[in-house]
Amino acid sequence: MERREFVKSTALAAGGVAIARPIVGRSLGSRLASPPEIDASAKELLLEALDAASAAGAQYADGKVGLYRNQRIGTREQQITNVDESSSLGLGVRALVNGSWGFAATPELTKEAAARAGREAAAIGKANAAVERSAVRLAPVESYGDVTWTSDYEIDPWDVPIGEKVDRMLEMNRIAMEADHVRFVSSSHHFVKVEKTIATTDGTVATQTLIRNNPGMSITAISDDRSDFQSRNWVTYPAARGYEYVLQEITPEKVEQWAAEAAQKLSAAGVEPGKHNLILHPTHLWLTIHESIGHPTELDRAEGYEANYAGTSFLAPPSKVLNQFRYGPDFMQLEAERTAPGGLASVGWDAEGVKADEWMMIKDGIFVDYQTTREQVDWISEYTGVKHSHGCAHSDSWSSIPFQRMPNMNLLPGEEDLSVDDVIAATDDGLYMEGRSSYSIDQQRYNFQFSGQVVWEVKGGRKTRMLRDVAYQATTEDFWNSMDMIGGPSTYMTYGSFYDGKGQPGQSNPVSHGCPVARFNQINVLNTGRSG
Amino acid sequence: MKRRELFQTLTPGRHGPPTASPKGLSREEAEALSAHILEMSAADETLVSIGSGWRGNTRFAVNRITTAGTLDNVSATVTARFGRQSASATTNRLDDASLAEAVAGAAELARLAPEDPELMPLLGPQEYMPSEGYYDSTADLDAALRGEVAASAIRLAKDTGALKAAGFLQCSAGSSALANSSGLFAYEPATSLDYSLTVRTDDGTGSGWAARGARDWSTVDYEALNRTAVDKSTMSRDPRPLDPGTYTVVLEPAAVADLIGLLAGSLDARRADEGRSAFSAQGGGTRVGEQIIDPRITLRSDPQGLGSAPWAGDGMPLEPITWVEGGVLKNLYYTRFWAEKQGAQPTGFPGSLRMSGEENSLEDLIRGTRRGVLVTRLWYIRSIDPRTILYTGLTRDGNFLIEDGRIAHPVNNFRWNDSPLFALSKLEAMSRPVRVRTDREVPAVRVSEFTFSSVSEAV
Repeated sequence: MERREFVKSTALAAGGVAIARPIVGRSLGSRLASPPEIDASAKELLLEALDAASAAGAQYADGKVGLYRNQRIGTREQQITNVDESSSLGLGVRALVNGSWGFAATPELTKEAAARAGREAAAIGKANAAVERSAVRLAPVESYGDVTWTSDYEIDPWDVPIGEKVDRMLEMNRIAMEADHVRFVSSSHHFVKVEKTIATTDGTVATQTLIRNNPGMSITAISDDRSDFQSRNWVTYPAARGYEYVLQEITPEKVEQWAAEAAQKLSAAGVEPGKHNLILHPTHLWLTIHESIGHPTELDRAEGYEANYAGTSFLAPPSKVLNQFRYGPDFMQLEAERTAPGGLASVGWDAEGVKADEWMMIKDGIFVDYQTTREQVDWISEYTGVKHSHGCAHSDSWSSIPFQRMPNMNLLPGEEDLSVDDVIAATDDGLYMEGRSSYSIDQQRYNFQFSGQVVWEVKGGRKTRMLRDVAYQATTEDFWNSMDMIGGPSTYMTYGSFYDGKGQPGQSNPVSHGCPVARFNQINVLNTGRSG
Repeated sequence: MKRRELFQTLTPGRHGPPTASPKGLSREEAEALSAHILEMSAADETLVSIGSGWRGNTRFAVNRITTAGTLDNVSATVTARFGRQSASATTNRLDDASLAEAVAGAAELARLAPEDPELMPLLGPQEYMPSEGYYDSTADLDAALRGEVAASAIRLAKDTGALKAAGFLQCSAGSSALANSSGLFAYEPATSLDYSLTVRTDDGTGSGWAARGARDWSTVDYEALNRTAVDKSTMSRDPRPLDPGTYTVVLEPAAVADLIGLLAGSLDARRADEGRSAFSAQGGGTRVGEQIIDPRITLRSDPQGLGSAPWAGDGMPLEPITWVEGGVLKNLYYTRFWAEKQGAQPTGFPGSLRMSGEENSLEDLIRGTRRGVLVTRLWYIRSIDPRTILYTGLTRDGNFLIEDGRIAHPVNNFRWNDSPLFALSKLEAMSRPVRVRTDREVPAVRVSEFTFSSVSEAV
C-alpha cells in the first residue's frame, strides 16, 4: 500500500465504530490488504496500542499515527539553492498510569509494534509514578466516535509543479533586483502537509488533514561604497492556506515596494531615542501579542512546568491574577480559538480528542482565562468556572509528546471602524511601524525589546520620513495599558509563526494572531545603530 | 542483506534490555543500505545520507517527573542529480517501496528543478580523522536510570528546603552514514546527551541553573551540577535593585559560549565578500588580518576533540581550523563553491568552538573585581544589527553584584544590548576554559564594559 493511500484509508477503516473503555479484546481484523511493513489501518494500529497500554495498567491513553510531509524550495537572485522533500510516518502513544505519563513512539506500523509501544508507554508511566506519585486528573471530554476534519485551502501545494513554483520565485527575485542598490535577494517556500489520525481511550478517533504554507523573501541593498547594508525581511507571514496564499501574498507590486524600502533604509535617518507614541501595524503587532500575551497565558508556564527552558510567567499564581489583573484598557478584548479558517493552530480535535474551542482570555481589559489541556482544567476551574479543556494539547510529530501549546489568539478590533490613516491622522507626533524584526523578551514575558522592518516618522497627523535603527523597550503591563487607540474591523489582519518553540525536547507549533492597527502612548525607544 | 531483513535488524533490543551492540545501523548495515539505494537510483549522480538510532528523555518540574519518552527512528535522504539539476527526498521507512518512492521522488524533483550554477562535483572517497564517538554509558541511560538522575535533583531541592527543581535529561545513541555514486562512504556511530537543571525558590524570587552537554555520560558529574543549581538558587533569593548602565561583568562560561557563538555565526566568507557582514571591509574585500578582539583571545574549531560530525554535509572532511588568533581575524568559513571561486580553502562551518583562556579560576575573576556583576547565563538572544554583530538578550538564573572581590548580594536581571566584538575588546581577564556544551569549551571572562540597557524584573 502506498503511504498516502494508507493514511487516507484510515477514514474508511473507521467504519463508525466508537471506542468505549475498556477496549481490550476488541476483534478488529485487517480490513485492507497490506504489505507486511504496514499490517493494519491507522485506527487499528492505534486501538492495538491503546489496548496494550490499558492492559499494562494505563487508566488513560491516547495515540497518533501521522504522515508528516515537508517541501522546501530555496532560491537566491536568479538561481536555485535547494529543493527538498521529506516525509515521516509513525505511531506515538501516551499512557497515564497512577497519575504519571509515559510515552513511546515507533516508525514500525505493525500491530505487534503498536502494542509494544503501548506497553512501553505504560511501563515508563509506571516507572515515573514510582519516583513521585503525581495527581494528573483529566477533565471530562465528550466521546466523538469517528470524525474527520480538513484545514481550509484551495490549492494543495503538492499539486503545483516545482518548476512553476520556482519560475515564479525567480521572477519575483528579478523584480526585486531591479531596484536601486538592491544586490541580493533570497526567497523560500516551506509547505507542510500533515495527515494524522488520533485516538483516545475516551472514544474519539479523529482523522485530520492540515496544510500550511510559509513563503519568505529577503531583499538586501548595499551602499555604493559598501559602508552600509540594509535588508527588508519578513515581507509576509505563514498561514494554514494552500498555494493560493503565495499568489495572493507575493505579487510584483508588493515586491517592488519591498525592494524600494530596502534601498530607502540606506538613507533613512536614525531615530531620536526617548519616549515616542507608537502606531503598530498588524504586520508587526501580531508578534508583540504572541510574545507578551500568548506565552504568559500558557498555564503550564504559569505553574512552573516550563521553568527549565522557556521559563515561567509573570501572570501567576492564577488565584491572584484571574479576574483581577488589568492587561490593558477597557476596550481591550482578546479571544483565543482553534477554529478560524487559515489559522495555523486551527484543528478539528486536539491531541487529547477535545473539539476545537473559542473563548475569551482578556475581557474589557481584565485577564479572565488561560490556555488549557485536559489535565490543567482542574488547576484553575475554581477561579474560571470552566470545567472543560480549551483543547490546547498538541504534538509536532508522531514521535513527540503532546503538551499545552498556543491556540490562535486575536486582539479584537474596536467598534468604530478607524483605518490606519485615521490613526495616523489623529497622531501629532509618533512613529508608525510595519513588519516584524528583532524580538526578545524575558523568561517571565515581562521586559521586552522589539523592532520592526519599516518605520516612519509621524508629524502633524502625516507620515513624513523613513527612520531606522528603531527598537522599543517596555514591560508587558505598561505597554498594553498605554494602548490608547485601536483600529476597526477593516484593519484587522491575521499573521503568524510557523515554528514557535517550546518544551524539552523542543517542539515547534504553528500559530496565528489576528489584530487591528493600534496606538501606544509614550513608549521608550532606543537607537540601535551603535558603532562601538 | 534484503531490505526486509535490514529493517528488522533495527528492532531487536529496541524495547528490551540494553544490548551489547551499538544502537542504530551498524557500518555493514549502513553500507548495504546505501549501496542498495545507489543501485536503485537512475540519476546521473546520487548522494545518500542515513541517520538511525535511539533517543530517550526524561523531564521533570515542580519536583516531579512530568514526561518521559523513548524513540527509535531512521531517516534516509536521497539526493539525485542530473547534470546541474539537483533535489532531495527524505523518508523514515526502509522498506523497498518507500525507498523506491524516495529515490523516484528525488529524481522527479531534480528533473523539474532549474540548473544550480553553484553545484559542486561529488567528492570521491575521503579519509576522516576519528571523532569522539560512541559511549555505552550514554546509550544505556534507560528510563529507570534517567528517573534516578531526576530523583537526585528533586531530593536535593526538597532536602535543602523551599526549592522547586525542573530539569531535563536527553540522550541519544545511533549512527550517521553518507555515501555517493562517486565511491564515497563515511560512517560514524555517536552518542550524545544534555542535562540541565533549574531550581527556583518557592517564593519565586530566586532561580539557579546548571547544565552540561557531553558524548560520554560517565564524564558528567550530575550531582555537582545539582549542587550548583541549588546553591545558586538559594544565593539568588530576594535580589536587590540595581540600575541599568555600563558595568564591569564577570560572564560565566555558559554566557561566553553564547557570545562566542554569535561571533562564529558571523564568519561567513561569502557574506563578507558580498559587503553584508561585520567582516566586510569598506571599499571591498574582507577584514581578515585585522585585530577584531583582545589579543589574548584565540578561537578555533576542533571537530574531533569537541564532538561534532567528522564531515560536512557533502562528505568533506572537517579539520581543525583557527578563526581568530591573538585577537586577529585569521579565517572565514568557505563552502566548496565559494572557496573555488575565491581561490581559498573550503572549511566547515564553525560549529565546535574552543576559546583560549588564562590560568585563573572563576573565583580569581571575582576576586579581581572591584565592582561588577556576575552573570550566570544569557537568554533570548536576538540580532539587532549584523553590521556590528549587535545583539540583545537578558541575564537569567543568577545575577550577583560583586564588591571588593566578593559576591555582595543578588541583583535583578537585566536586558543587555552588546556585541561580542565590543565586549571581547574590553577583556580584563579569563579563566581556564571548561567544556560547557558538547561543542563548546570556553573560559569565564571579565570585561570592563558591558551594556545593561534596562532592568528585567523577571526571575
